Amino acid sequence: MSEIKLNKIDLTTLFTVILLIIMGAINIYSATHADNLESPLLLNNPFGKQIVFILISIFLFLSIQLIPYKFFQKFASIAYVLSILSLIGLFIFGKSINGSTAWYQVFGFGLQPSEFAKPITALALAKYLSDINANIKTIKTQFYSFLIIFIPVLLIVLQPDPGSTLIFLSFVFVFYKIGLPSIYMNFFIGFILLFFLTILLSKEIIILLIIIISILIILYSKKKKKSIRKFIIYSLILSSFAFSVDFIFNNIFEQHHRDRLNIVMGIQEDNRGTGYNTNQSIIAFASGGLFGEGFLKGPQTRGSFVPFQHTDYIFSTVGEEWGFIGAFIVICLFAFLMLRISKRAELQRNLFSKFFSYSAATIIFSHFFINVGMVLGLVPTIGIPLPFFSYGGSSLLGFVLLISIYIRLDAERTSKW
Amino acid sequence: MKDKLLPILIIFSCILFILRLFWIQIIDIDNVELSKRNSVERVYQYPERGYIYDRNNNLLVGNESFYDLMIIPKDVKEIDTIEFCKIFQINKSEFIEKIKRATKYSTIKPSVFLSQISKNDFALIQEKLWKYHGFNIIRKSNRKYLTNSASNILGYISEVNDYEINDNSYYESGELIGRQGLEKSYEKELRGIKGVKYFQKDKFNRIIHSYKDGLFDTLIVPANDIKLSIDIALQRYGDSLMKNKFGSIIAIEPSSGEILSLINSPSFNPNLLIGRNRSTNYLKLKNDSIGKPLFDRGLQGQYPPGSPFKLVNGLIGLQENIINDKTTIRCNEGHFYSKNRFMRCHCKIGTINNLNKAIYNSCNTFFANIYKKTLDKFPNSKLGIDNWKKHVESFGFGNYLGYDHPIGRPGLIPGSNYYDNWYPNGGWKAATTISNGIGQGEILTTPIQLANLTTIIANRGWYKTPHLVKNISKKSLKEKYTVKKFTTIDSIHFEKIIEGMFNVVQKGTAQNAKINGIEVAGKTGTAENFIKINGNRLQLTDHSIFIGFAPKDNPKIAIVVFIENGYWGTRWAAPTASLMMESYLNKKVKRKYLEKYIVNGNLMEEYKKPYIKSNFKINE
Repeated sequence: MSEIKLNKIDLTTLFTVILLIIMGAINIYSATHADNLESPLLLNNPFGKQIVFILISIFLFLSIQLIPYKFFQKFASIAYVLSILSLIGLFIFGKSINGSTAWYQVFGFGLQPSEFAKPITALALAKYLSDINANIKTIKTQFYSFLIIFIPVLLIVLQPDPGSTLIFLSFVFVFYKIGLPSIYMNFFIGFILLFFLTILLSKEIIILLIIIISILIILYSKKKKKSIRKFIIYSLILSSFAFSVDFIFNNIFEQHHRDRLNIVMGIQEDNRGTGYNTNQSIIAFASGGLFGEGFLKGPQTRGSFVPFQHTDYIFSTVGEEWGFIGAFIVICLFAFLMLRISKRAELQRNLFSKFFSYSAATIIFSHFFINVGMVLGLVPTIGIPLPFFSYGGSSLLGFVLLISIYIRLDAERTSKW
Repeated sequence: MKDKLLPILIIFSCILFILRLFWIQIIDIDNVELSKRNSVERVYQYPERGYIYDRNNNLLVGNESFYDLMIIPKDVKEIDTIEFCKIFQINKSEFIEKIKRATKYSTIKPSVFLSQISKNDFALIQEKLWKYHGFNIIRKSNRKYLTNSASNILGYISEVNDYEINDNSYYESGELIGRQGLEKSYEKELRGIKGVKYFQKDKFNRIIHSYKDGLFDTLIVPANDIKLSIDIALQRYGDSLMKNKFGSIIAIEPSSGEILSLINSPSFNPNLLIGRNRSTNYLKLKNDSIGKPLFDRGLQGQYPPGSPFKLVNGLIGLQENIINDKTTIRCNEGHFYSKNRFMRCHCKIGTINNLNKAIYNSCNTFFANIYKKTLDKFPNSKLGIDNWKKHVESFGFGNYLGYDHPIGRPGLIPGSNYYDNWYPNGGWKAATTISNGIGQGEILTTPIQLANLTTIIANRGWYKTPHLVKNISKKSLKEKYTVKKFTTIDSIHFEKIIEGMFNVVQKGTAQNAKINGIEVAGKTGTAENFIKINGNRLQLTDHSIFIGFAPKDNPKIAIVVFIENGYWGTRWAAPTASLMMESYLNKKVKRKYLEKYIVNGNLMEEYKKPYIKSNFKINE
């Protein structure tokens, strides 16, 4: 048990997070404010609940700073197992909201284990990969790493909660960062591009393009023999992927999934049905203009036109009431936070801390990218909260847990393990 | 690359988001308007439409509330369709059609199901309305006419059409606009300006509170009342005189140009064009192809003016020094105006007319002669006729007069261009156009132009643009109605003409227009006219025309009476005009026998003639 080093705490990160949480609470207040409200602090309204969770968060943060740093590495596996059990328990005790069984009902508060599974999986991965025997370049390590992700992903897919699933996929970036061969990443990005291109164009055109490009590369490449075999395999893989995307998109996806993709890609316009949320959100931003309509004055917010505005669409409240300036500041704060975490991760000498910090930055970034992108109509509608900002106890506590552990580990950067 | 991937992605996506924000929030302004559309409700408040009074402050047009039945298709369920149709007096197919239309517009927003339900019907409906979910009634306001006369003057209002909505940003669907008559020409005064209130709505379309504390709200600008120059008593009296006769009476106060009455016969009750039966009534009026009640003869009818136009030629002759009041011209039941071309006249052989006598005998020879001389004064007929045209047009002929009623016709005063078109090789001269000298030929005038001519003579050379509105509350009349416009004829020449007109009534063609104690000056006219039926040009019985004013030396009323196919001016027009003058000046008509004769006069047989058989007799 070592002494607590409060003076080594990364205060800049801490204050950035506190600022984001306060701004979030203000916007939650605005988004859920009704004119006839008796008291904003009552526990039956979102703002009151959020305040309670902020208080719990402070307690959580302080507790974590008191825990010896080695505890996290030691107990990562146990936490991971508990987390998996909590996800399994949902199928027995879970409560269904909006069609997905993702909550436990505790004292009138909903708890969402998948939100806690994110930081805990990060811990588990960091522990596994920092082990002296692990080498991400070997198939065995790759397999176990993917397995660690795959178990919670499977459980979350079954809830179903496709948004959180995507967050777990973002761990691939962490693997890549710590040495996963480029070929995985190339295929990963290649598949994403191919996925959208196949929907946008048609599978026949895509396959034709793949073949033409492959032939061109083979013709102009110097090491003929080797490259011919390589590129034939590549084009076969890519073509079959294009085929399967087409098949999945048209046969396995449900209509609303197709609609969401089609709207973002501009293939289809539907401002009353599936596109309603995004359209209303964009109207809210437009209504804000440069300086915004002012606190509690945004007409779209006041009229509750943007669905889920205090949760997933909270950023549209910022856009409407605080304008371009406000939204710009929030984006800059996030950028600063994420860049700072990833930079300090580089400085970590302890691998466990390093890998966990990478994961923290990646998790925050993937939430930020999908959420803001969705609210701005650039990414299909995927229900994911904006870190620290969105209403939701589990999400807030999950992120506070993540950032608290990061800060705790960061404070030990200079100490010897 | 591996180390930099995450920072690069973070920076790249933040830049992307900021650009996107910049695009939505600062550049792409269109969406802001959209936000107004669904989160902000605009509610209009309408000022009450202005009242219309006659010159003696009798209220002619006010307002009345009526009710619109609104439907919200989503809420309609389980209604007894048969009973419903019975109560609202519609049939089942109409019912289905209306439901369809409303549903197509919106299932959750109210739209009009039945419009303009009267107070009486409303009382009946109100009791049963509770049975029908999804229907409710809103109160609106429409015109109420307190007179059954003057429909041609007042015009009517109706809902704006799509063209008007696109054309004028003030109007929105379902609003009312002045469609005809003074309702149209004084639309801006009568409607006022509606007030706008903005309300914040929620997603259920409920109003929560005022939008931005009323920052963008505007106040109502109340409508103006207007006071007509029309004397409704005189107007009604004119209506009664015109019963069973088609035509027009126009009376003007010469000193002010105010139109005292503008009677169109056949007329219709203005109340026909409001309420639910508006369109059926309108169609009925429109389809009356013999009476044409929607055709305002006084303003739109273009006819050859006949003998009254001789006065204009006389005045031009005096101005151009062709004649003076002593000039005499001999008439032999007419004259040869050209080689082998004879114009007949009813003067006996050897009659010697001076100007005075020529007027009260309405001598064709005299006026044809001076017309020809007026033109021949110039080296060629082109210059001659254009000089003549210039004089004639200074009387307001040949163009829209500029009065404040939206309808009218310019008439026609032919000039050299006109004849050059007909005779491209210059094959025309003064004699070709000789009919212009006696008000026949190519000239076309409208009765209001003739009334204006009468005003000019009464005023000895000037007129103010005739107008129907005497004043508008809180606003002065346009300058064009208060400025004197002078003709090209010197004032002194008018006395000679007026002397002749006085004699027309004293010992000439219109002795039945004499009124005891009032000196009347006038001129009768009998105008040949033609009609085309199935492509055949048929001559009909002449129009009976009279123009006149009284008293001669201090004119208070100038009048034109024009009765279609009434034959001699003396027969119908002159006595009608004299009764109108007597009624206006003495407020009472003593000559009951004459009144009875005119009121009972019936020309309906005459009007039906050309439609019944092809070879009918005219001028009986």
